[in-house]
Amino acid sequence: MPFINFPAREVNCKIVYYGPGLCGKTTNIQYIYRKTNPNARGKLITLDTDTDRTLFFDFLPLSLGDIRGYRARFFLYTVPGQVYYEATRRLVLKGADGVVFVADSQRERMDANLESHEDMMRNMVEHGLDPEATPFVIQYNKRDLSTAAPVEDLRVDLNPEAKCPDFEAVATTGYGVFDTLKMSVKQVVRQLRRGHTLQP
Amino acid sequence: MIGPRLVLYDEDQQRLTETCGRLAREANAGMVFVIDRSGQLISQTGEVGGFDTTAMASLAAGDIAATGGLAHLLGEKEFPHLFHEGEKHSIHLSLLGRSWILVVIFDERSSLGLVRLRVRKFGEELSRMADEIVARAPDERTVSPFADITDDDIDNLFADF
Repeated sequence: MPFINFPAREVNCKIVYYGPGLCGKTTNIQYIYRKTNPNARGKLITLDTDTDRTLFFDFLPLSLGDIRGYRARFFLYTVPGQVYYEATRRLVLKGADGVVFVADSQRERMDANLESHEDMMRNMVEHGLDPEATPFVIQYNKRDLSTAAPVEDLRVDLNPEAKCPDFEAVATTGYGVFDTLKMSVKQVVRQLRRGHTLQP
Repeated sequence: MIGPRLVLYDEDQQRLTETCGRLAREANAGMVFVIDRSGQLISQTGEVGGFDTTAMASLAAGDIAATGGLAHLLGEKEFPHLFHEGEKHSIHLSLLGRSWILVVIFDERSSLGLVRLRVRKFGEELSRMADEIVARAPDERTVSPFADITDDDIDNLFADF
């Protein structure tokens, strides 16, 4: 739910990175953090386990600049990917204005992608987010691995009707990371423009 | 029509700041925040100087969300108050209405008992404000500042990337 703060002249939006365990959600956020002007970013908060697996969420606030005198701020969150953190994923998704689904391109992770995708759809509906109307981007990560399936095969399962924009990525090198983020931000802002009359 | 649903005006901010300021003074608390359940910082009062209030809001909302999950597992509707005690600073969190959270941060100049008492005193007033702001009908000012932006405006957001 975007928050328009007239006194502070700010518009705050929330983008959630979703996907199966070890698909690279945290790597996306870490790359964005490293490559963003320090003046435009806040502290990167990571709540992880002793083995660096996301336990609750990663959080990165970004200030992208001004539009018509209002500061546009985007709060990036990741969910924990491991299957048994389902309850936590649902909590992090609350209030999302845009969702990025990070898929693991490796053939042997296809089932995990599908399971996570279904879990995400279920949780979106539970939060009252219409999957058809919510800004949504897919990223096919780990394109550099020899075990990566062809993008066409991934699309058949995850984006069969090409309803949402999708990007190839190698989050460890940054390839595709900002393309994905920019598209998500554009979708969210366009949504704000379309919904210019506010409802309670 | 899809559109933003949480809008704060100057008069809302004044009322929140004034009430939170009285709470802070009467509870001897250093900082008082109001945040929403998705982690957005709505209002802040007090000695916020060196603290990262954005991160604090996000983590406090996560704290409430996780504790709410625990409550559900036990068959409870909510745990409406949380308290974390540190060596120098302590945090008291409580639910405001259906959507917001009140965060009070205090040190040795106050006590849990005093904070609880004052939160009870001001909590009802703040809860009413919260429910009213979240649920109110749109008025003539509720036009998104993004209503007439162009694709170029959006592209310019990434000028520094």
